[in-house]
Amino acid sequence: MAEFKEAPAGAGTLVQASTWLENRFPTAFDAYKVHMSEYYAPKNFNFWYFFGALALLVLVIQIVTGIFLVMHYKPDANLAFASVEYIMRDVPWGWLVRYMHSTGASAFFVVVYLHMFRGLIYGSYKKPRELVWIFGCAIFLALMAEAFMGYLLPWGQMSYWGAQVIINLFAAIPFVGPDLSLLIRGDYVVGDATLNRFFSFHVIAVPLVLLGLVVAHLLSLHDVGSNNPDGIEIKAKRDPKTGIPLDGIPFHPYYSVHDVMGVSVFLMIFTAVIFFAPEMGGYFLEFNNFIPADPLKTPLHIAPVWYFTPYYSMLRAVTDDMVNVFVGLTAVAGVLAFLKGGFKGLWKFAPLVGALVLAVMLKSFDAKFWGVVVMGGAVMILFGLPWFDKSPVRSIRYRPSWNKILYGVFVVVFAVLGYLGIQPPTVVGTLMSQAGTLFYFGFFLLMPWWSTWGEFKPVPDRVTFHAH
Amino acid sequence: MKKLILALLASLALFGSAQANTEGPAWDKFPTKRLTDMAALQNGAKLFVNYCLNCHNAAFMRYNRLRDIGLTEQQIKDNLVLTGVKVGDLMKAALDPKDAKDWLGVVPPDLTLITRSRANEKGSGADYVYTYLRSYYRDDSKATGWNNTAYPNSAMPHVLWELQGQQRAVMVDQKDPHDPSKIAHVFKGYEPITAGTQTQAQYNDSVADLVAFLQWMGEPEQNSRVRLGVWVMLFLAVFTVIAWRLNAAFWKDIK
Repeated sequence: MAEFKEAPAGAGTLVQASTWLENRFPTAFDAYKVHMSEYYAPKNFNFWYFFGALALLVLVIQIVTGIFLVMHYKPDANLAFASVEYIMRDVPWGWLVRYMHSTGASAFFVVVYLHMFRGLIYGSYKKPRELVWIFGCAIFLALMAEAFMGYLLPWGQMSYWGAQVIINLFAAIPFVGPDLSLLIRGDYVVGDATLNRFFSFHVIAVPLVLLGLVVAHLLSLHDVGSNNPDGIEIKAKRDPKTGIPLDGIPFHPYYSVHDVMGVSVFLMIFTAVIFFAPEMGGYFLEFNNFIPADPLKTPLHIAPVWYFTPYYSMLRAVTDDMVNVFVGLTAVAGVLAFLKGGFKGLWKFAPLVGALVLAVMLKSFDAKFWGVVVMGGAVMILFGLPWFDKSPVRSIRYRPSWNKILYGVFVVVFAVLGYLGIQPPTVVGTLMSQAGTLFYFGFFLLMPWWSTWGEFKPVPDRVTFHAH
Repeated sequence: MKKLILALLASLALFGSAQANTEGPAWDKFPTKRLTDMAALQNGAKLFVNYCLNCHNAAFMRYNRLRDIGLTEQQIKDNLVLTGVKVGDLMKAALDPKDAKDWLGVVPPDLTLITRSRANEKGSGADYVYTYLRSYYRDDSKATGWNNTAYPNSAMPHVLWELQGQQRAVMVDQKDPHDPSKIAHVFKGYEPITAGTQTQAQYNDSVADLVAFLQWMGEPEQNSRVRLGVWVMLFLAVFTVIAWRLNAAFWKDIK
């Protein structure tokens, strides 16, 4: 235990109280230093660095509004829809709390997508921040589960049929699929049992996981220190006397006050949606979801909420033809690995055997199953990013110029996939989403090669910073 | 791929539509100004209770919420509430759902959220209902004797016909542009058969009032929400300026 401290003679009540507390709970005081007043963050953070703090803000908004919603919501297939309307009409300020929660769900994904994009362009996932990135990907995965289960709770037509479609996907998994989807549903169709277990997962199980992961994400970040738009390690250049990084500034007050500014701009946009367009043209609250769930009436067009649609597009892109394309690509990859892989002895044949096994599997299971694999893989592939990227520099600023175009195309492809996922399937749309899916996976799987190509620019010793 | 697309199309064909059809004639624009016109909303409430609430529920809405559109509790009790119903009760239809199913073939949908649920690419839900209630025409081939251009084969008869009068649809036979061997019936307009108690303009007004009420009922807070939003935005604008200057004051040390 640390030395017992004495408040100086004649000190004010505040100092005495603080000394009393510090003697009994030094951990809190140490944590404040480690994470706030003596956490040295690079001074050259730009616009992109608001979104981590904003994601934390939205998480708090969702938890607090969620607590109040649970006070009035009824997780019962016969009462759920009416209880949401009760919140909208009869609970004082219930409409505001509900709109904050429904808009918050979409805001969470907006903020998290931008936060992930920041990590992508500045190479924030690269050594030594691999774990920070992995915890982040796990948060994204938990967030998707949280959003999907929460969407069932209003028990509207889209809630019901969206859940029905997605849970049915699990049934496509060979051997265990039908039992697995039954286990998730708790019934042969989506019903009261499903609603109750989704409620339980949505309000307690997944939020606990989410909070734990957020803590791990932040602790691991503060252990290795923040990256910055230049992708330079600020810890490499320290003040010889204090040992503080020359380009580092204390998080509090500099970035706390900076984030307050970001928060106020974010809240302007967030509240504008809540007060002036809570349905957001049917994207945040879908029109069909104002009709109570009816198991006997399937809506004409079922689409997930916008934040899932890029992945939903990839799922729909996997048709029998697309599986044939996969088989072809597997063959090419197998032959290339055989010729150029540099394996020794009998291992030389391993890529060929592997490719053959994969090709046989591709052809023997249903395309629907591979669609599910592709959809899941599109999220899981993000975990591997730190090992795909072989670039000698972190930031896009010092990568070859054509990288900017490539990342731009990646963003466009992702947005187009999202758009196509909202639309009913068409022949052209399916072809486009197939091309988009191949690009998406190619971007990551071929990264070990393309990330080394081209001429890299010299990385400066110190961060680029212009005083405000 | 063809197999999947065909399967998807086939499954689409099986699904009944839960939303308004995106085909058919364009929707007329509902005059949104009525939403803030208390007299229009009150007239709409009266029409709703007299003509709609007999068969349709508004089961998420309480009678006494009508105080928000300028009615007193006594006025609501005297003019709108059915006998034996309390003013704090939900607006339930007089018709038993089981009887409705027997007589009409369907249970009439709850109307509390009807305008919120019927929006699509063609316009708002209010536009749809405003068009729908003005698109009835006589059609003796239907069990109810009525048909509707905005929602063909609607199970609901023209409840407001005494106000509007009766009209017939003028259909012209034209060659199908996609298949010249076929003849398509193309809707060309309406022709009055008998006059109603209201002129066409008066009837349009009545429907607009009714739709204004439906739209208001879909979200009774919608007008106050926007007014409050303006204050919140003003506060945040001031707060943003303060946050910006505070940030600048701290950051001037950082060289």
